Amino acid sequence: MKILTCPMNGPRNIDEFQSFGPVRAEPDPDRTADADWSRHLFRAENRRGIVIEWWRHVPSNYFFLAERDLVSNEIIRTFDASERRAQP
Amino acid sequence: MPLRLLKYGLSRDYPVSGDIPATPDLKPSYDVVIVGGGGHGLSCAHHLSKYHGISSVAVIEKGYLAGGNTARNTTTIRSNYITPEGIAFYKEAVELFEGLSQELDFNVMFSQRGQLTLAHTEATLRSFHARAEMGKHLGTRTEVVDQKAVEKLVPSLNMDYGGALEILGGLWHADGGTARHDAVAWGYAAQASRRGVEIHQRTEVEGFEVVGDRVQAVKTNRGRITCGHVLIATGGMNYDVALMAGVELPIRCYPLQAMVTQPLKPWLHTLVSSVSLHTYLVQSSRGEVVIGGSSDPYQLYSTRSTLDMKEHLAEGAVHLFPFLQGVRLLRQWAGITDMTPDYSPIMGASPLENLWLDCGWGTWGFKATPVAGKRMAETIAEGRVPDILRPFALERFETFRLLNEMGATAASH
Repeated sequence: MKILTCPMNGPRNIDEFQSFGPVRAEPDPDRTADADWSRHLFRAENRRGIVIEWWRHVPSNYFFLAERDLVSNEIIRTFDASERRAQP
Repeated sequence: MPLRLLKYGLSRDYPVSGDIPATPDLKPSYDVVIVGGGGHGLSCAHHLSKYHGISSVAVIEKGYLAGGNTARNTTTIRSNYITPEGIAFYKEAVELFEGLSQELDFNVMFSQRGQLTLAHTEATLRSFHARAEMGKHLGTRTEVVDQKAVEKLVPSLNMDYGGALEILGGLWHADGGTARHDAVAWGYAAQASRRGVEIHQRTEVEGFEVVGDRVQAVKTNRGRITCGHVLIATGGMNYDVALMAGVELPIRCYPLQAMVTQPLKPWLHTLVSSVSLHTYLVQSSRGEVVIGGSSDPYQLYSTRSTLDMKEHLAEGAVHLFPFLQGVRLLRQWAGITDMTPDYSPIMGASPLENLWLDCGWGTWGFKATPVAGKRMAETIAEGRVPDILRPFALERFETFRLLNEMGATAASH
C-alpha cells in the first residue's frame, strides 16, 4: 500500500485518491489559436523528472496538488491549491 | 555422455548457428535507421528488405532484442475496435497474423481461438451492439451473443445469475487470437538479417543531428550514423526519443502490469475479457493463465509491480473463474505504455521530413506488429503515407480529428 498525505485528511491509502495529471497552463479559450488549444488539451508534461499534479481525495472530493517524481514515484510534498495561486 | 556431447559442441563440423547474427560494427551510413529493436521495428526492417529492396537498414536497440514491450505484452490479437479506421487497420493485422508463420518460415504459434468480451451491464451490451455492427460492416467476425451462448463458449465461467456482476451477454470475436510474442520478433529478425539488415543490440541513441527539417545523423553510444530515413519505434521510450529530435508527442507514460499463474491443464479455449472487472485472461500454450487488466492509475516511468494491481487482477480472475482461487502466481511484470489521448496509435510523418513515427502504441501494440511494420516500410520506401495509415497522423490532434478507441479495450477506461 502506498500512502499519500492529503493536505486536508492526512496520510491515506493512495487508493482513496484520483490523479488528474500534471498542472498545465490555463489559456484563455477566446484568445487561443487552434494549435495552442490542441497543445493545451493533449500534451501533458511527460518528462522523466518531478511534476506538480492535480489529485483529488475521492471521499471528500477535495482537490489539491502534489509534487511527485515520475521515475522513483516518490511523493515529495502535497499542498493546497491556494499555495499555487499565491506563487507569482 | 557429457563428453560425447562436448565433442559435437566443440567440433568445427557442427558450427553454432543462431537465428540472429552477432552485432556487427556500426557503419557510418545507412539508408534507413530504425530506432527500437522490438517487434514493430524488426517487422518494418523485414518488410523494407523483402518487399522494397532496401537492405541498407540498421535496427538500433538500446537493450537486447525484443526485451521491451514486445516481451511484456499479453499477446492479444483482435480487430473488434470501435472506429471504422481502427477496425480496417487491425483487420489487416489479424489477416497478416493468419499467414505469419509461413511468411517468416518460423512458427509464431498463432492460435485463432476467438475472444469473448463480457457485458455485466445493459450499457455495455448496447456498446457491444454498435461495435458488432461496425465490425460486420467492415468484414470482421464480431457478434453479440446471449447468456446461453456465453455459457456454451466458456462453460467454466461464473455467470453470477442474480448477482451484482451477472453476465448479460458478450461480444464474440471469432477472429481474435494469440501468438508467441518472442517468436514474432525473432522470426522478423531472422528474416531481416538474412537479407542484410543489421541488428545492433546494446546500441543506444543519444541524440539526433537535425539540419533544417531533416535528421542528418543519429548519434549513438557506438558512434555517429548518417541516415536517409529514421523510424522511431521504441514503445515506452517513444516520448523521450522523439523529444531528442525536437518532436513533442502527445503521449503520457503509464505502467501496465500483468501476471501468469502456474501451468494448468487446458481448460480455457478462448480469450476472455471483462469490461467491468478490468480483467482479461488467456491460457498460454504452456498452460499458464496470463492475466492482464488496466494500466496503473497515474503516470510513472517505473516497471515495478504493485500489490494493489495484483490484488485487483486476482479479484477479477477469481470472480470469473472461482476455481482459480487456490492457483499460485508464477510471475508478474510491468511495462511502460506510451498512451495517447484517444487510445489510437500515431503513425506516419513527423514535423521532420525524413523522420517517421510508429508511436503511441500504449496497451494495444503487439497485435499491430505485422501491419505497422508493413505499412511503415511502405511509407518509408515510397515517401508517401498509405491511405490506411492517414487517419493515425500526428496532425489529428491539431485538427481535432481524434480516433476514440477508449472503450475498445478492457485495459484502460
